[in-house]
Amino acid sequence: MWRDATLVAGRDLRVEARSRVTVNQVAPFALLVLILFAFALDPEGPVLERATPGLYWVTVLFSALLAIARSAKLDEADGVRDALRLSALDPAGVFAGKALAVAAELVALELLLGAGVVVLYGADPAGVGLLVATCAAATAAVATAGTLYGALVSGLRVRETLLPLLLLPVLAPVLIGATRAFDAALGGVPADGWPWCGLLAAFAVLYSVAGALAYGTLLEGS
Amino acid sequence: MEPVVHLRDAVALLGRFPALAGVDLDVERGEIVLLRGPNGAGKTTVLRACAGLVPVVRGEARVLGHDLRRDNRPVRRRVGLLGHATGLFEDLTVADNVTFWGRAYRAGRDDVDAALAVTGLSTRLRDVPVARLSAGQRRRTSLACLLARRPELWLLDEPHGGLDHDARELVDRLVRQAVAAGATVVMSSHDLDRAEALADRVVELAAGTTVAGRRAEPVERDERAAAAVTPEQGAAPTAVTHVA
Repeated sequence: MWRDATLVAGRDLRVEARSRVTVNQVAPFALLVLILFAFALDPEGPVLERATPGLYWVTVLFSALLAIARSAKLDEADGVRDALRLSALDPAGVFAGKALAVAAELVALELLLGAGVVVLYGADPAGVGLLVATCAAATAAVATAGTLYGALVSGLRVRETLLPLLLLPVLAPVLIGATRAFDAALGGVPADGWPWCGLLAAFAVLYSVAGALAYGTLLEGS
Repeated sequence: MEPVVHLRDAVALLGRFPALAGVDLDVERGEIVLLRGPNGAGKTTVLRACAGLVPVVRGEARVLGHDLRRDNRPVRRRVGLLGHATGLFEDLTVADNVTFWGRAYRAGRDDVDAALAVTGLSTRLRDVPVARLSAGQRRRTSLACLLARRPELWLLDEPHGGLDHDARELVDRLVRQAVAAGATVVMSSHDLDRAEALADRVVELAAGTTVAGRRAEPVERDERAAAAVTPEQGAAPTAVTHVA
């Protein structure tokens, strides 16, 4: 399974490297959202400082939607789905590979946005360990749930509008957990953030297992 | 010996529409069978059913010794389907695509290189993104992906479509080489003169049923064997000679 996951992740990342959609479109979009929030909430006032964790994760989720939609679209290309069904690839490996590729793109975006909130919002990353753990768990949760739902809507004519409609409510616990954990790490009590980090990890495990089990059926059905 | 393909009164649905309404087809190992018929006759559906991509809901359907109605997974990995769709990633190069699909089918690096060489894609076009290729070049790339996986049963849907004269000759040569190496071929084509010359047998389909299956002029096995060892474009076709 891991051999297949590596193969698929390598392919998806190579496509992204060649097409440069993440670099040229998704990353500027994410930064733009961050800047617009700063304009809307007054960068000198206390509201922006208090809202920084939430704004950061809302921006990550919006950007993740673009990355997930891109990832799902790759396998909808001309005849690719049939070729995948005929291949010797383990569906769980395909799922893991696609989730890994999305996660890699999200990590890059999170680093960029992290730099953005430090520069634009004046955030002070105090609890670095909690921040890193939260990012890792939330990234895994968003990537696995996103890949699963991306496959679920694949092949539907309304997939582009349906994906955010289905996925955003599902990711609400991730948004809440990651925001609370970041809140604790950016000026609160870091110890208060770890239970939220645990919730994110549990969410990631749940969707990893569900995705690995369901992806083959979704591949056949779409 | 059991036929490679055995369909008896096979019925397949596309949604609620009966795309196959009782097809009979037997294909022996090493045969080249041409499916002929008007648009909508069921040629593509027969090929996709043989690949295990369209479920047969009634009748008998055995391919490569496996009952498709029970479990189509063992069959899928042993067939190669060249359909209307290319199965290629536009942003990746020709070499990237053939390498990815080759590895997805557990082919080795040598098989991938040989497939690129034998289809004439190993030099100028190797590192060109698929998005910049013509329709014929894309078709050749799909053919290279199929060659790399060394299928036992080739299912070719309009293999000559969109190709120039040289590429059509290449397809014919590769089919003969594959058969000489032990593969079996079922194909559909609207280029009937060329396809009938290539085929051992023509099966006529209409409205999802078998109308007739007549014997074509048999192709001498010696001629095939000679064609299989003919060097072309300076490349040794090792991927083809490995076909089980």
